[in-house]
Amino acid sequence: MEIPYTVSTRPDTGLWNAKVGIWLFLASEVMLFGGLFSAYIFLRLDAPPGMWPHGLLNVPVGTMNTAILILSSVTVVLAWAALKMRKYRAYWWYMLATILCGVIFLTVKLVYEWPQKFDHFGAYIKPEALGKYEQYLGNEHAAAKGLPPRLEITGHLHNRAALNDPNIKDYEVALDPLNADPTNPAMDRPHFFPLPVTDKIAKIEKEDVERATMFLPTHSAYFASYFTITGLHGMHVLGGVLVFIYMWLPVSKKLYQRNPEHLANRVEVSGLFWHFVDLIWIFVFPLFYLL
Amino acid sequence: MVGATLLAFTAITVALSYVNFGAPKANIAVAMLVATFKAGLVAAIFMHLAAEKRLIYRILIFTGFFVLGLFWLIFLAWYDYPVVR
Repeated sequence: MEIPYTVSTRPDTGLWNAKVGIWLFLASEVMLFGGLFSAYIFLRLDAPPGMWPHGLLNVPVGTMNTAILILSSVTVVLAWAALKMRKYRAYWWYMLATILCGVIFLTVKLVYEWPQKFDHFGAYIKPEALGKYEQYLGNEHAAAKGLPPRLEITGHLHNRAALNDPNIKDYEVALDPLNADPTNPAMDRPHFFPLPVTDKIAKIEKEDVERATMFLPTHSAYFASYFTITGLHGMHVLGGVLVFIYMWLPVSKKLYQRNPEHLANRVEVSGLFWHFVDLIWIFVFPLFYLL
Repeated sequence: MVGATLLAFTAITVALSYVNFGAPKANIAVAMLVATFKAGLVAAIFMHLAAEKRLIYRILIFTGFFVLGLFWLIFLAWYDYPVVR
């Protein structure tokens, strides 16, 4: 079956079909992510003081991933331009570079960033017990400096069994630097390079804990929105990579030999999708990593 | 060229987040302004929105309208239930 206007433009709109199609799709994507971002704003505005964590994510890694996505946006434009000039070889290489960028992005997310979160522990202390853990929280220091109150002790949980075993009465936590040395002015603001967990161990009695979890979506509104938004974004990256792989494989060479403009249009349309995914990340990165 | 600008502004966003603009709100505003500028560059240059056909602008005007409505809902819901803030 011959589908009209795959390469030629419709006389009434001046556009070929797929271009209208992808823009309609992107419009629906804007609504999808718009809903999630507005949920983020709502949750964040609604968070009581001290309940929205700052500086938990690895900024250098996030910056690198941002750069990788921007780079891949550039290479996909170059790939399209190469096709327009009928240079298949150059197109093939630029496409490969784009695919690799997408794969690196996903690998960093799934192999490095997320598992690190799953392995980190936080315990919110009950309001009446905050004084008992002042040596780890430094709330007097925080109040004097005008910082939000510190309600949580975080670090590496040594006795993981404590999470599920009611017979274990306390959590043994190797403290994060903030909780190990809470009155140190260097801990007042997040660091660019994340500091490693210290070897200072704290015992936190379960009785004093309001809520204790690993850094999972159940931990807080922050991590719930973090995993939802970066997860959905990651699925978009994965989708883009799969489409690019298809257009990079030999099957597409056949299409190129038959009708190079058709392939160029396909690349343009999926490139539009890819730029959109990049654009979303440009907002995700500061919202979760920096602010 | 555009790519280099985007990378530079990524570095700027990161650097600015360690500068204290007086209030967290000010830092958020600055970071969002930079991000919007970058997103504008991506849309205008990479996505060819600087010069596109009329139909596409029309689709996007609709989208903009509805997405703004989505954000406006936050303010509508804000005083709907009693919470101690």
